[in-house]
Amino acid sequence: MPPLTRWYLKSALIYLVAALLLALVLALPQTTSLPPFIRYLSPAYFHLFLVGWVTQMIFGVIYWMFPIITRTKPRGNEQLGWASYSLLNAGLLLRVIGEPLNATRPEAVFGWLLVASALLQWLAAVCFVYLAWPRIKEKYRGE
Amino acid sequence: MPSLTRWYIRAAFTYLLLGFTIGALLLANKGVQMLPGLWRWLPVHIEFLLFGWVVQLTLGMAFWILPRYWQKPRRPKENYARAAILLLNLGIWLVVAGTILSISRWVLFAGKGAELAAVLCFALHAWRRIVSRQGA
Repeated sequence: MPPLTRWYLKSALIYLVAALLLALVLALPQTTSLPPFIRYLSPAYFHLFLVGWVTQMIFGVIYWMFPIITRTKPRGNEQLGWASYSLLNAGLLLRVIGEPLNATRPEAVFGWLLVASALLQWLAAVCFVYLAWPRIKEKYRGE
Repeated sequence: MPSLTRWYIRAAFTYLLLGFTIGALLLANKGVQMLPGLWRWLPVHIEFLLFGWVVQLTLGMAFWILPRYWQKPRRPKENYARAAILLLNLGIWLVVAGTILSISRWVLFAGKGAELAAVLCFALHAWRRIVSRQGA
């Protein structure tokens, strides 16, 4: 299993636990005394689960399992893979921090955290698709 | 990777990009409101990513990876899997049209119906490939 896949999969598992911990907190009765920002973390919960766990697990397995391109660069440009990983995780973490801040204190700067988060996650997806697309092939033919 | 899987995966990657693009615009708009009407695209974002990306990729990978028969056809009832990809994608776009264009609730219904038909077709293809090492 290549290093990037290991990073993707371990990160995915961490996000799964984090998502379900957050779900547990969000499931507490409304009468429970919680910091105000917690109630704004519902979108973060969905995205920790669907982007952090599901998509990241998929990316890691695709990077590992899809047919290789050439013997010299079996999985394409590895730097692009690491870029995708870094962008995705940075973007997701910015969202988790920025969303409740933007909701409870809508000063301009916190809104731009969400803009940055959006851009980072979008770039991550573009990088990964660009990296993986050439590997959607029948099989390795000895190139 | 069989041809049909390649089609499933290329479609899934396309929906990934579409879904992430809409999602990024929605999130950015949440931070710095630029386009007030953008929020009505949230169901499209969800549809593209849940059905277009996750479900479609899973079906494509299952078609590839599930145990094959020893004798040809190695992947039986392949036409069901072909029907599934057509119905799934038709369903997704009908749901999107029904949501965004607000033509009629029946368009949305038809979309969901097509998606249901897609997964039933795929199940008909895949059921007998779910076997143990001994083939039962």
